[in-house]
Amino acid sequence: MSATRVQQRDAIPLAPSGPGWLEPVRRAAGALFARTGFPTQRDEEWRFTPVGPIATVAWQRSPTTPGAADRTALAAFRFGQPEWFTLVFVDGVFSEELTTIGPLPRGARVGSLRAALEEGGDLLRDHLTRHAPTDASGFTALNTASFTDGGLVYVPAGADLDRPVHLIFVTTSAAADAALHLRNLLVVERGARANVIESYVTLAPGTRYLANLVTEVSVAAGSWLEHTRIQRESERAYHIALTHVDQHRDSHYRSFSMALGGALARHNLHARLNDENVETLLYGLYLTRGEQTADSHTAIYHDHPNCRSWEVYKGILTDRSRAVFNGKVFVKPEAQKTDAKQTNRNLLLSDTAKVDTKPQLEIFADDVKCTHGATVGRLDDVALFYARSRGIGAEAARRLLIYAFAAEVIDEVALEPVRLELDRLVLERLGTVG
Amino acid sequence: MTMLDIQDLRATAGDAEILKGISLTINAGEVHAVMGPNGSGKSTLAQVLAGHPSYTVTGGSVTFMGNDLLDMEPEERARAGLFLAFQYPVEIPGVTNAYFLRAAYNEIRKARGEEEVDPMDFLDVLEAKLKIVEWGPEIMSRAVNAGFSGGEKKRNEILQLALLEPRLAVLDETDSGLDIDALRIVAGGVNKLRSTGRSFIVVTHYQRMLNYIVPDHVHVLAGGRIVKSGDKALAHELEARGYEWVEALHGVPA
Repeated sequence: MSATRVQQRDAIPLAPSGPGWLEPVRRAAGALFARTGFPTQRDEEWRFTPVGPIATVAWQRSPTTPGAADRTALAAFRFGQPEWFTLVFVDGVFSEELTTIGPLPRGARVGSLRAALEEGGDLLRDHLTRHAPTDASGFTALNTASFTDGGLVYVPAGADLDRPVHLIFVTTSAAADAALHLRNLLVVERGARANVIESYVTLAPGTRYLANLVTEVSVAAGSWLEHTRIQRESERAYHIALTHVDQHRDSHYRSFSMALGGALARHNLHARLNDENVETLLYGLYLTRGEQTADSHTAIYHDHPNCRSWEVYKGILTDRSRAVFNGKVFVKPEAQKTDAKQTNRNLLLSDTAKVDTKPQLEIFADDVKCTHGATVGRLDDVALFYARSRGIGAEAARRLLIYAFAAEVIDEVALEPVRLELDRLVLERLGTVG
Repeated sequence: MTMLDIQDLRATAGDAEILKGISLTINAGEVHAVMGPNGSGKSTLAQVLAGHPSYTVTGGSVTFMGNDLLDMEPEERARAGLFLAFQYPVEIPGVTNAYFLRAAYNEIRKARGEEEVDPMDFLDVLEAKLKIVEWGPEIMSRAVNAGFSGGEKKRNEILQLALLEPRLAVLDETDSGLDIDALRIVAGGVNKLRSTGRSFIVVTHYQRMLNYIVPDHVHVLAGGRIVKSGDKALAHELEARGYEWVEALHGVPA
């Protein structure tokens, strides 16, 4: 057995005790991972993603005693909204102390997945591991076998969480060389509404760790979910995530996914449109610098007629950084009247940054409206000249245009405190680009 | 007072020489129309004055209020009081008109040694300026020129002119693509901004706009040179006889 394989098997932490139905799922996932291991760049789905180094590290189990994080340190990540339902996980461990959950509508649940697993009940059996396919990749299999905790958000039929739920996953230096496997479950029942934010942040910017995440999302008939994801991991971290969304009739799902951190960050976002008249909106923004790689893989499955999907991902790259975008749209023969639009635009600020972008539309229905477009370009000289001709200095004009490029997607974030914070993050990053 | 003094100005775009020796002097308060057929170099002249990166100046001099204009960066020219109303104003999705105009306004104020204004005070400044182009405040929350009609884009240029209060404004085919109502508003805006201390260069293909903005001098460009100068009567003569007449007169191939 190769050293790598041994290390991979060692990477599987002990699963927490859970209900009986989960045990075989976890065992099967563990067996699958033991067979396949991590993907490599020889796998078509990971061709442009330098995942190789992940398999060479002897990852430790996540620390049972998390590092120090207090309210003061976390205040920077909370959008100035102390009253929002905020769940905090430090180095993968749920922190009761840092968590704020106010009064919930009857039947709603917002809390730690681990606690819910210990309690048991039908909710988890119906949804947990039922949405994200275990074989989506070696990472997903490993997550299914190993997840220790995560956020659970359950909104019962007809309910409206009157404030956003914010899941904060923060790392400290105690996470050095650890692999964190976390699973979130978001269930929005018939006619319900929710607003959920996932933040992946760090208090130890130079720390190396592996964050292996799966978020399962169920958006029931007539329900509405606004889902924001902000990835600001350590720039030495590996962040591999799958968000799998199952949508039902007349539902609305909107995602905004922002990637700023990680040495390598990969986000797979899969939306399955399981019935008619579904709306799916996916927005993304990635900013890379240094040697970072940001990879966004999205897949939208149009399995039924009369659905609309709209996707806009934008990237701003500098230094020697890289970005990968792959956007799949599958339209089944019966999915007539599908309206799908996909756009990926990239702005290169250095000669050494590189983008691999691949729109991939597979359309088997004939009465559809499907378009896609991908661009990779530099700042427009004429636009720069326009701003400068109004008295704005060359450097300020440059920053203005880069900001404008990002703002076009940030403007899609409906929650104002989040939008303002994302604006600030972009401006802060622009202060450092060359 | 001499506002602008152009002497034997030559400029190229790529390998092609577009301006082949232009000389023109403009005094404070004067309005000069620069007319000419397509490809005569009239828009190039406007853009070269503002420092457009697509053109290289290969000879001659331009003195703006006593300073060497060609030695200045585009933003320095703007801060010194030069304004170009673009023929094709640039769309900047993602930045509101209010943000962009305030950024420009504050840069120009800083250059004049004046205090910057905050967003609230800026709204007060804008109110009067918007009246000049017969606009309400709604336009300020839209992204700069993004999705604007041709007429709205040109009005936005004149709004910026009104706001930045330049000493010399160069209007590059501001009339192109305008219907009669938009033309009346745009030209009316320009007329309200005429003053003894401010000069204009009005670049246009057609005499039409000069019915509204009456020039003191008219110059005809052909083949990268000024081939004829006169007063407003020259514009009417061009309208009646066409550009072939001047081109033939000066041996410029059509």
